[in-house]
Amino acid sequence: MIKVSQLTKKFGSHLSLDNVSCEFKKNESIALMGANGAGKTTLIRSILGYYHPNYGEVLINGLNPVKERVKVLESISFVPQLPPPIKLNLDELMQYISISAKVDKDLIMHYANEMKLDVKENLYKSFFKLSGGMKQKMLIAISLAKNSSIIIYDEPTANLDPKARDDFYRLLKQNEDEKILLFVTHRLEEVKDLVNRQIYMDLGKVVSDERL
Amino acid sequence: MKNLILIAYLDLKESIRAKWFVVYSLVFGGLIALFFIAGVTESQVMGFSGLSRLLLMYIQITIVILPIFILITTVRSISGDRDNHILEYMLSFPISLKQYYWGKVIGRFITVYIPVVFAMIIAIVYGAFKGAIIPWSIFFLYTGLLFALSSAFLGIAFFVSSFVKSSEVALGIAFFIWIFLLAFIDIALISLMMQQRFNEELIILIAMLNPMEIFRVAAISLFDPELTVMGPVAFYILDSMSQSVFILVSIGYPLTIGLVFAFLGFKIFEKKDLV
Ligand SMILES: Nc1ncnc2c1ncn2[C@@H]1O[C@H](COP(=O)(O)OP(=O)(O)OP(=O)(O)O)[C@@H](O)[C@H]1O
Ligand SMILES: [Mg+2]
Repeated sequence: MIKVSQLTKKFGSHLSLDNVSCEFKKNESIALMGANGAGKTTLIRSILGYYHPNYGEVLINGLNPVKERVKVLESISFVPQLPPPIKLNLDELMQYISISAKVDKDLIMHYANEMKLDVKENLYKSFFKLSGGMKQKMLIAISLAKNSSIIIYDEPTANLDPKARDDFYRLLKQNEDEKILLFVTHRLEEVKDLVNRQIYMDLGKVVSDERL
Repeated sequence: MKNLILIAYLDLKESIRAKWFVVYSLVFGGLIALFFIAGVTESQVMGFSGLSRLLLMYIQITIVILPIFILITTVRSISGDRDNHILEYMLSFPISLKQYYWGKVIGRFITVYIPVVFAMIIAIVYGAFKGAIIPWSIFFLYTGLLFALSSAFLGIAFFVSSFVKSSEVALGIAFFIWIFLLAFIDIALISLMMQQRFNEELIILIAMLNPMEIFRVAAISLFDPELTVMGPVAFYILDSMSQSVFILVSIGYPLTIGLVFAFLGFKIFEKKDLV
């Protein structure tokens, strides 16, 4: 369970999160929506424990993600908005993940395969040399292989072709049971079948929160 | 522990593939090759010849270029990864900040230290092959000094990297630190000395707080145990400690500086937002 209470985050004088409170429970799939700059990414990063809040707190299964980051992150899979220019090759990246997060390399390969990404072909290629869509497929494969109870996606489909999007939603549908799925998106129609709750943010506040 | 090794190992692998590492290794390897080609081992200057002479020249050039190399390549490590969102992804896995940071430090240390020592080993092996006498004590002293110098500047670089905002500023700071320690302190102290406002002991003490300076003095101390080339300064140094203590200080002190700065960098890294 994720519990966000009165969370406030400022950057300089800019208020990115303004007293946000919400709870996410097991078996909820949430579409997190809102205009550019509304604070969606900031909220997600706070859940991951990257920011020290100005006020309020986040608790993941009762734990503070800043202070207990290792325990908290064991139960979270995350795909960021922009795939980072990681210089490791795919083999090294998988090694990093398999050792640090105890994820099976073969399982990553399996999901990559399902996403139509040939990992074996690109094993010794730097991650940042993959195409934008291939990068996202790789990160998605990793996130599914990690098999966490909380899955957080910050607009992961931006660079995916329509076929890959379908593959992605199909895989997600198979994997969402008993989990929290938090999905930032600008296209609700795409994730309609997947989500059962939608939250709108604007100017750092939650402006609507409805169950479908 | 296994995460620490993992991060150090992956950072090392990544660095070794990087272009700067190739240039870096070529510079130090090339330096040694150049000395042999130029016949440094055959020449005799100030009474030292052979490999000792070569190592002394090598260390004197290394004192100047190693710090700037380390600073420039390392000063952006953490801040660069933060800027381009690598941290955002890599730290979404269950790795403690301690393991991540110190893993990076260790990986980077190995990367910068190995080529400079390796170049010396090549010199020793090649020299031995040509029948030169191997100056072991100098070799071990320099291995230790390079270890200390690398750690001092690596620590400073990680410290800067932990708070600096943009790459340009990071490079600017790196260059400033280098020039400052290399020349400005000396120039300032010489002018103070000439004005005779402060007593010499104080000025020498300040000069010796500079790790680059202590390194310079230590590098010649085996050739010249009385430190005669330094003039009256030697009197103060050897008056306050014996030669062996001085050598220990010259290794221990920069090492401590490196660790202290690296630790401060870690504290800042931990306190600041990660992305
Ligand atoms: N590190 C930062 N430093 C300064 N300001 C920031 C930082 N991160 C976010 N902001 C500001 O916080 C606000 C919210 O940003 P955020 O990235 O959370 O928006 P978003 O809802 O994810 O938008 P988008 O749909 O474009 O991804 C923006 O005004 C942004 O400029
Ligand atoms: Mg965003």
